[in-house]
Amino acid sequence: MTAAQTPDRSVLLDIYRRATAVKQNDERFRAVIKSGRVTATYYSPRGQDLIPSAVSVCLTDRDYICTIYRGIHDMIARGVPLKLLWAEIAGKATGTCKGKGGAMHITHPPSGIMVTTGVVGSSMPIANGLALASQIRNEKRVTVAYFGDGASNIGAFHEALNMAAIWKLPVVFVCQNNQYGEHTKYEIATSAKRISDRAFGYQIPGVTVDGNDALAMHAAAKTAIDRARGGDGPTLIEAMTFRFYGHVYGDADKYMEKGEKEAAMARDPVVRFRNWLIQEGHATDEDLKRMESAIEKEIDAAVEFAISSPEPDIGELRRDVFATEQLS
Amino acid sequence: MTAADSEKTINTIQAVNMALDDAMAGNRDVILLGEDIADPQAGGVLGVTQGLSTKYGQSRVRSTPISEQAIIGAAIGAAMVGMRPVAEIMLMNFTAVAMDMIVNHAAKLRFMSGGQTHVPLTIRTMTGAGFGNGGQHSDYLEAWFAHTAGIKVVAPSSPADAYGLLLSCIDDDDPCLFIENLPTYWATGPAPERGQRIPLGKAHVMRHGTDVTLISYSRAVNDCADAAAQLAMEGIDVELIDLRTVAPFDQSTIIESVAKTGRAVIVHEALRNFGVGAEIAACISEHLHGQLKHRVLRMGAPQCPVPFSKVLENAFLPDKNAIAQTVRSSMGIAT
Repeated sequence: MTAAQTPDRSVLLDIYRRATAVKQNDERFRAVIKSGRVTATYYSPRGQDLIPSAVSVCLTDRDYICTIYRGIHDMIARGVPLKLLWAEIAGKATGTCKGKGGAMHITHPPSGIMVTTGVVGSSMPIANGLALASQIRNEKRVTVAYFGDGASNIGAFHEALNMAAIWKLPVVFVCQNNQYGEHTKYEIATSAKRISDRAFGYQIPGVTVDGNDALAMHAAAKTAIDRARGGDGPTLIEAMTFRFYGHVYGDADKYMEKGEKEAAMARDPVVRFRNWLIQEGHATDEDLKRMESAIEKEIDAAVEFAISSPEPDIGELRRDVFATEQLS
Repeated sequence: MTAADSEKTINTIQAVNMALDDAMAGNRDVILLGEDIADPQAGGVLGVTQGLSTKYGQSRVRSTPISEQAIIGAAIGAAMVGMRPVAEIMLMNFTAVAMDMIVNHAAKLRFMSGGQTHVPLTIRTMTGAGFGNGGQHSDYLEAWFAHTAGIKVVAPSSPADAYGLLLSCIDDDDPCLFIENLPTYWATGPAPERGQRIPLGKAHVMRHGTDVTLISYSRAVNDCADAAAQLAMEGIDVELIDLRTVAPFDQSTIIESVAKTGRAVIVHEALRNFGVGAEIAACISEHLHGQLKHRVLRMGAPQCPVPFSKVLENAFLPDKNAIAQTVRSSMGIAT
């Protein structure tokens, strides 16, 4: 842990609570998919757990999030109720989106999750619009746009950063650089040594940070969010990380270098943070076990809720296309 | 409407400007985004938004970079939290640059969120052959959007319709694509009554008749009106329907009319193949098969990009004489 200023104990434990919820939920989710009780294409965020956890503790309830298909950690860290999340991923009527969005399109405005996109790069232009509304109305809300390293190569990224920069929009662009865009290694697809270097082209602050270090991530997020809220415009944060379970859960990882994934897993950021909290006297093993066990119970209830919930009514095909129901 | 109003004429540039002005005056959440639209940039390449940034400020009337994805993305985000953005994509061909934002996001967010969010966004765009702008500045691409669930497509044929329909698009809780015909921007027509909305999804029977139903929208309506006037002199009584809203279109008005006439001709400037005319023809066939006096006929552009040469461009566009000829053949009058 490297940050100059250590946040309060309550903030540290809050980050851990969110990160371990992401980790435990992922473990359960993979087990449930394997069991066949829920069928879903799963883009596991495991390994990136700390990034949105450290960001989320810096946000207020009124702030907005736009994220992407590998975004379940962003949602859990932000506090989307697990029951609703599981029910949506199971395609049930009780899900966040009545089973009409699915894992790649979770939306939950009460938690500030405004858009989850399945299209690489598309979280950023829309985040600008949420930020623009806040700016025009002087609401002091901040919008966080999450995306991956692959998204910094698509045009929407560049259009969005330029527009956010010229209008000084209250938005924070958080790139979770897990070093692979789908199956392609970072340096094969990306000309910049660091994605944060691209911020220079738009004359906005760009910072590369160890996204697996809770303190460093928290410090970078807090600086950027304060800056956005203060009216000084956007920041590009590149949070270095690694995904443990490939592009899609179940892919064979043949495109990875041998030992690369194992090395990353051996340095599990959630486990390291847990050990550090105990070593530094911020929590005891028992404290954290209590927290983990409460989360486990919440996950039990969420799984049960999702599996026992009803399927959507076929009439939903005609609803929510427009404000008024479609007749044909 | 006062007597003075009824005598007054305006063109479509003035009508669109007036609608935007009235919408902005009536609702602080209405904002405009687009390339060159603020007054320091001359209020748009053709001056459609002239005066509005001076009146309402450049916070609400924003000239943007030439970044169609960013323009529509920003409009979507602002719309989701209650603003009423009107985004201008200068020319309809440039919507292709923003297709992901329009089709994958604006149109689908209401459904994919299970109704938790929606996107009350209006996209204004201009197009149309006739100005020698060639293959990338003149296309009618409405069928692309009509084939997407969750977005409405509106195409006025006169200044007054442009005014009333644009106000309705801005009021609407769903995304609307509003298509303005560039070559007829300066053509004048009767001024609209201030504040009067024209409902979306409702066609306009412009001329009542008993022999043939002629169905069109946007600029081609004018060619159809000319053809109908010519045919009237020949004793052919045309019922002319302006769809006004292309999608979702007003089925009941069409079916009611064709049930009466037994004949239908559909005309649009867009390519004939896979065009809106095909959908309407299928709809008529599904409802009225066996009652028709003639098979449904449809007219549209040949399957080629909009050409440059004046000779080719004229041949590409709908032509009132060809429309009249098609109506005659639906009447069984040999050519």
